[in-house]
Amino acid sequence: MEHALAQGQQHPISLYLTVWILLFVLSAGSYAVDYFGLQGYLRWSLVVVIMLLKAGLIVAVFMHMRWERLALMCAILVPPLCLLVLVALMAVEGDYTFLTRGLFFVQGSGVP
Amino acid sequence: MADHAETAKARNVTTPEGWRGIVTDWSSDKRAFQVPWGKAMMWIFLLSDTFIFGSFLTGYMTVRMSTTEPWPNPSEVFALVIGGTKIPLILIAIMTFILISSSGTMAMAVNFGYRRDRVKTMVLMLVTAVFGATFVGMQAFEWTKLIVEEGVRPWGNPMGAAQFGSCFFMITGFHGLHVTVGVIYLSIVALKVFRGHYEHTNYEIVEITGLYWHFVDLVWVFIFAFFYLW
Repeated sequence: MEHALAQGQQHPISLYLTVWILLFVLSAGSYAVDYFGLQGYLRWSLVVVIMLLKAGLIVAVFMHMRWERLALMCAILVPPLCLLVLVALMAVEGDYTFLTRGLFFVQGSGVP
Repeated sequence: MADHAETAKARNVTTPEGWRGIVTDWSSDKRAFQVPWGKAMMWIFLLSDTFIFGSFLTGYMTVRMSTTEPWPNPSEVFALVIGGTKIPLILIAIMTFILISSSGTMAMAVNFGYRRDRVKTMVLMLVTAVFGATFVGMQAFEWTKLIVEEGVRPWGNPMGAAQFGSCFFMITGFHGLHVTVGVIYLSIVALKVFRGHYEHTNYEIVEITGLYWHFVDLVWVFIFAFFYLW
């Protein structure tokens, strides 16, 4: 039966409220990173860590992914990893374009 | 030969050929995902949307890495003067909190949907839609300020790298479009829930709508980190 299968996603409201508060705290944290003007690797690592925590909470709890079967989890969460290949390729490409522009467009800029 | 045709004819009875064959083959009671079909389809749509936004953000990374001009500082570009003091990125922070709040009300709407509480489900979904509309309104304000006061255009801006404008309008524009569509989608489903249109189901439609809405929030998490905070 279709309906018997779908009965699953029933969780206590308190869980949603906890995640909601956590998301608020994390967002305040990432705003604080900007407000206090943190720079360099400290800024980037904090921004990425908070981003991943928020994304994980939303997908796992709000979108109920942690209660789904492994087949659905794999089908949805594995393919986006291909984007990391694209990011790696484009990072190399962007770097190359930057160097070429430095060579040909910026006179005496010191960029090799 | 005749024998072969005979076999094909016999096979036609159970498995048709051509387009009907494709339909039969793909719909013959084989299921991989133990969820309502609408939910599986929404997840697959969201997967494709992930690739769209992923490609946008990757494109943004590429042009930002490759420009020789300095990138405008988002912290200053999106600052607002409130009560005489300049607060960095404050509008974007408020927009972030609004979108997170809307995700919270949406999660609770899903919960009340499965409890078959039609009125609470509708109210929570409409509250979510109002949060979404507020978000779009603030985005319209942000765009107006950027275009009229700061002079940002897709092809250039007074603050630095020309690619800033095109990335900004493309990424936040596409996200804003998703929020707008989501507000319409939420309102329609909320009204249908209230009218009892889904009484014969298990109210998984509320969860499916919720999946879309949470995804919009999820995309904003990445845009906020990579575009506004980087």
